[in-house]
Amino acid sequence: MSTPTVMKFDEALAKFEPVLGIETHIELGTASKMFCGCATGFGAEPNTQVCPVCLGLPGSLPVTNHAAIEGIIKIGLALNCEIVEWCRFARKNYFYPDMPKNYQISQYDEPLCVDGHLEVEVEGETYRIEIERVHMEEDTGKSLHVGGATGRIQGALHSLVDYNRAGIPLVEIVTKPITATEDKAPLVARAYATELRELVRSLGVSDVRMEQGSMRCDVNVSLMPRGASEWGTRTETKNVNSLRSVERAVRSEIERQAAVLDAGGTIVQETRHFHEDSGTTTSGRSKEEAQDYRYFPEPDLVPMAPSRAWVEELRATLPELPAARRRRVQGEWGLSDLELRDVVNAGAVDLIEDTVKAGADAATARKWWMNELSRRATEQGVELAELAITPAQVARIQAMVDAGELNDKLARQVFEGVLAGEGAPDEVVAARGLKVVSDEGALSAIIDQVIADNAAVADKVRSGKVAAAGALVGAVMKASRGQADAGRARELILEKLGAS
Amino acid sequence: MSAITRDEVVHLARLSRLALGDDELDHLAAQLDQIISAVARVQEVAAEDIPPTSHALPLTNVYRPDEVRPSLTPEQALAGAPAAEDQRFRVPRILDEEA
Repeated sequence: MSTPTVMKFDEALAKFEPVLGIETHIELGTASKMFCGCATGFGAEPNTQVCPVCLGLPGSLPVTNHAAIEGIIKIGLALNCEIVEWCRFARKNYFYPDMPKNYQISQYDEPLCVDGHLEVEVEGETYRIEIERVHMEEDTGKSLHVGGATGRIQGALHSLVDYNRAGIPLVEIVTKPITATEDKAPLVARAYATELRELVRSLGVSDVRMEQGSMRCDVNVSLMPRGASEWGTRTETKNVNSLRSVERAVRSEIERQAAVLDAGGTIVQETRHFHEDSGTTTSGRSKEEAQDYRYFPEPDLVPMAPSRAWVEELRATLPELPAARRRRVQGEWGLSDLELRDVVNAGAVDLIEDTVKAGADAATARKWWMNELSRRATEQGVELAELAITPAQVARIQAMVDAGELNDKLARQVFEGVLAGEGAPDEVVAARGLKVVSDEGALSAIIDQVIADNAAVADKVRSGKVAAAGALVGAVMKASRGQADAGRARELILEKLGAS
Repeated sequence: MSAITRDEVVHLARLSRLALGDDELDHLAAQLDQIISAVARVQEVAAEDIPPTSHALPLTNVYRPDEVRPSLTPEQALAGAPAAEDQRFRVPRILDEEA
C-alpha cells in the first residue's frame, strides 16, 4: 500500500464541503449488567463478572435492567428526543469473538428515543446538531491480541477474550448528517462530543470517561465537491477515544479524502481506525464483506412500552442541564463570554460553583481554580477535577486569607501542602507554621534584629538613602519565612530609622 | 417459482459459517423452500387487522431491579472453553492473513 497523501486543510475546504455524522456509545453506570445480575465495575480481574446469560450459555434468558431503561430515557429527554410509546430489542447477528452469543442485543428499526437535538457553540456560533436516534444495547467483551505488533489485531496469532464488559448497558446516540460547518467541522465535532459528555455527566447516568472507554465516538466523514448536490461516500473512523482525537480524526479524514478525490480516486465505504500517536487513520479491514447482520426482533425479550406517566416522572427528575447552567453562572459570576469559555474548557464550572457553595466569593474561587490550580494540574498532567484538593478546602484557604491569617503567597504554600497529601488546609498551616505575622510586637522584634545585623545598610537609610530599605525588607521577609506583611515591615523600618 | 434461491442459501450458509457441500446445498435449498412456502400460507390467513407479532405472550415492560447477583467463578466460566490462557478465553486468529 502506498503512503496515503493528504491535502492541506484549507485547500481541502476550498474544494470540498465536509458532511459529518457522529455515533457515540456510552456505558451506563448501573450496578448490574443490562440483562443479568453481574457486576459492572471497571478493572476487575478477567472473567470474574460473567454468568450464563452474558456468556450466552444455552438455556439462559435475559431480563432487562430497569435502571438502564431509566438512564436511556433521561438521556433521550435531555437531548430533546421523543420517547416512543412502544419498541423492541433486536438481535444483531455477527460472528466475532467479542460477543459469546454470536449476536448482540440491540435495537434496529425501533429505537427507544428519536428526533432530538443538541446545541453546541464554537467560537461564538451556535450549531444545532440533530439527533437521529438514541437506542439501547449491550457492550461487547474485550480482546487482547497476541503475537502481532503492539497488541494490534493485524498479524496477531490468536486473541484472548475477557467478557466482564460483555452485557454492560450501552446507549448509542446517532446524529443526523451534520452539514454547513465548513472549516469549523473538526471543532463542531469536538464541541458536540464535549457537550454530550457534559450533558450525560450532569444526568449522573454514566461516568463518561473516554480514557476508560465508557464513552466512545465513531466519526463519519464524507466530502462533497463544491457545487455538487449529492453527498460523497463516507468512511467511519472508530477508536476515537478523547475529545481532542475527535477533532483530529475529522481533520485528518478531510485531508486524506480530499487528496484521494482530487487525484481522481474514489472513497471506499469502510471502517477506519484512528491512531493517537500519528493523529491519522488507517483502513480497518483489508477485505470488507458487505455487512449483513440479519436483524430480527429479539424473541427472548418482550417489547418496551414506557408509559407517558413514567416518562414525565423521569423528565421531572432531570437536573439543570449544562447549557442552562452556564448561562446562569455567567450571570451570577459576572463573566464575559471569553471568561466563561475558559472556565468551561478548564472543566472548572462544578469546582468553582462548589467552592462558592462552601463559602468563597465567585471571583476568588475562580482565581484559584483558573490560575494556581490550573497551573498545577497542567504540571501534573491531570484534569483540574483530578487534583487532590476539594472545593471545600479551596474555600477554607480563602477564608483564612479573608481573615488576614494568610496572604496569597502563604496560601499558595497551603495549596502545595494539600496537593502533596500533607492533610487538610488547617493541618498544613499548623505543620508548616504558616501564619501572617500581623502581631506588631513580633514584627518589630524581627526588624530590630535585622537592623542590628545590617548596621551598614541601616546607616545608609538613616542618611537618607531610602531605596536601601528594600534590602532590609527582604531580610525581614526572609527572617519571617515569608509570613510578614511586607508593606507594614517597610513602614516600620523607615519609622525606626527616622527616614519616614 | 421457489421461495428461496440456491444462491441465497449459499449466502446464508456463509453468514452462518457453515461449510456446506454442493449436495447439502441442493438438499437444504429444497427443504428451506418448503418451510418458507409453508410459513407463507400463514400469511394468507393473517388479515389486515392482525399486526405482525414477535412474541407469543402479550406482555410488555418486563424488567428486573438493578441488583448485583453472584457471578460464576472464572474457573466455572472457562470450564467449557475449548482453550483458555491468562484467565481469558483463547480464540483463533480473528483476521485472515493479508491476501
